[in-house]
Amino acid sequence: MGKTIAQKIFDAHRVDKPSGDINVIKLDAVFCHEITTPIAINDLKARGKNRVFDKVKIKAVIDHVTPSKDSKTAEQARIMREWARELDIKDFFDIGENGVCHALFPEKGYVRPGYTIIMGDSHTCTHGAFGAFAAGVGTTDLEVGILKGVCAFKSPETIKIELTGKPARGVFAKDIILHVVSILGVNGATDHVIEFTGPVISSLSMEERMTLCNMAIEAGGTSGICPPDSTTVDYLWPFISGEFPDKEAALAEYVKWTSDSDAAYSKVIKVDISDLEPVSTYGYKPDLVKKVSELEKTPLDQIYIGSCTNGRIEDLRAAAQVLKGRKLSPTVRGILAPATPGVYKAALNEGLIEIFMEAGFCVTNPTCGACLGMSNGVLAEGEVCASTTNRNFNGRMGKGGMVHLMSPATAAASGIAGFITDPRPYLAEGEA
Amino acid sequence: MKNFNGKVLFLDRSDINTDEIIPAKYLTEITKEALKPYLLEDLKMEGFAPDRDLKGVSVIVSRENFGCGSSREHAPWALEVNEINLVIAENFARIFRQNMFNCGMMAVPLSKERIDEAFSLFAGKETTVTTDFANSVFKFEGDGKSLEIPFEISDFDRSLVEAGGWVDYADRNY
Ligand code: SF4
Repeated sequence: MGKTIAQKIFDAHRVDKPSGDINVIKLDAVFCHEITTPIAINDLKARGKNRVFDKVKIKAVIDHVTPSKDSKTAEQARIMREWARELDIKDFFDIGENGVCHALFPEKGYVRPGYTIIMGDSHTCTHGAFGAFAAGVGTTDLEVGILKGVCAFKSPETIKIELTGKPARGVFAKDIILHVVSILGVNGATDHVIEFTGPVISSLSMEERMTLCNMAIEAGGTSGICPPDSTTVDYLWPFISGEFPDKEAALAEYVKWTSDSDAAYSKVIKVDISDLEPVSTYGYKPDLVKKVSELEKTPLDQIYIGSCTNGRIEDLRAAAQVLKGRKLSPTVRGILAPATPGVYKAALNEGLIEIFMEAGFCVTNPTCGACLGMSNGVLAEGEVCASTTNRNFNGRMGKGGMVHLMSPATAAASGIAGFITDPRPYLAEGEA
Repeated sequence: MKNFNGKVLFLDRSDINTDEIIPAKYLTEITKEALKPYLLEDLKMEGFAPDRDLKGVSVIVSRENFGCGSSREHAPWALEVNEINLVIAENFARIFRQNMFNCGMMAVPLSKERIDEAFSLFAGKETTVTTDFANSVFKFEGDGKSLEIPFEISDFDRSLVEAGGWVDYADRNY
């Protein structure tokens, strides 16, 4: 019997099997941010174990609320900062260089096929786009990861999502993953890895693959995962060119992290996306998904473009294509949070920031901010937001607020209209 | 080892997420104790009032997919500082379940039939659970009735509970 990517990664990293199907695996990277790490740092200090297993494999960022909005968030940032300095964490990103973790770390080239990664953040599954096993964990797992470089997981069973067909105009990776989450349900993949395969995946960019893997957790998945291919190598090439004579050699190495054709899956779901239309969530669970046409005319107070799901440059381009030469509805506030300084700079250079500002957007610095209702665009009671983020839980963006999750193009079109609307008419008359 | 006995709160809803258990705005706290007043503050459930209903509670019994959403360990901590160390449900989100055992607490799944039975016999009545950890049995008592339900946890989870959590366990073994 063959093996899945996740099984191969576990086999290569297992250090112990303490019982039954529990594996303790060694970690190639431990990512840290300022919301879930300070308590781990304080606990390590209290235990007299203020150490790290490897100061290069730990990467840290202040991203959730930055610049700090009050004394408490300032204190969290201070704890991170002092810890990173004291323990000489080489790759630590603070004001001026910081951005949303799951956008920033791939951009810096920290993820490789076959890697094992944990972070105290549920959307760590994003990094599976590179053919890695990447899982969100709590603070205790993070603390042990920081100290020992290991983490315990059940043996990974995998659900395979085979995507075929060709996306119609106006249908983006976000529409595909919302559709998949609606098929699986919010706990349809609990304790499972979701492997995305098929011709659609081969045709997607790394950014689009990250959008897919990002929302694996919304179906309960431990990690999303895409088989590495030449697109993966092209993306990573600036970071790995010193390790391989040429891209072919890198590819030959990385395709080892591909599932065998006779690998055992707990479920295989074939999804033909040819007939998929732009979609949006409604209600308070990410698996409540409808065609945008069925939600047409839902009035909006705010649109938010950003986050680890859809705050990357391709997302900004898609939104800008809709917004170019148009204005937001006077009843809607528009907020753009480019996910990283790199995205921000690229958007400036490409003239996208100007398009957003001309349309009436407020452009904030890179941060999670409103995505989790912490800052920079929290909703008031009863307000409705069209958002490119990944969670629509009750209260997520502010107590009593309602969040509709959708693609950047749909959010932009909806901002212009003032209510949820189909982006296709805007795209069709847009760019030549 | 922590205490796994006491008064039960029945939460008759599925998909109770970590934002409902402890809203994101409290994630700026850097001590566990500070979370104490905010447990289940945003839980939207008819007739549920945290101030009134959490009084004296040591055990929560709920339905499917308990603890889904954010990875925040603040959710188990908010339970822990309120002296609730045991959640029983049909099933749990992976990270929440792991976080509970990592803290030496328990998140124990029971079959739908068993959960239904517990709800129909005891929900809305003054009920206690007594946990026989060594023999893996919960004893529900209330309203003059009692019900014993065997449960299963892995040997690994059992050692985490005994060790008082994953940091101590890992420190000893790796
Ligand atoms: S952008 Fe939102 S979902 Fe992503 S890491 Fe930040 S808070 Fe979490």
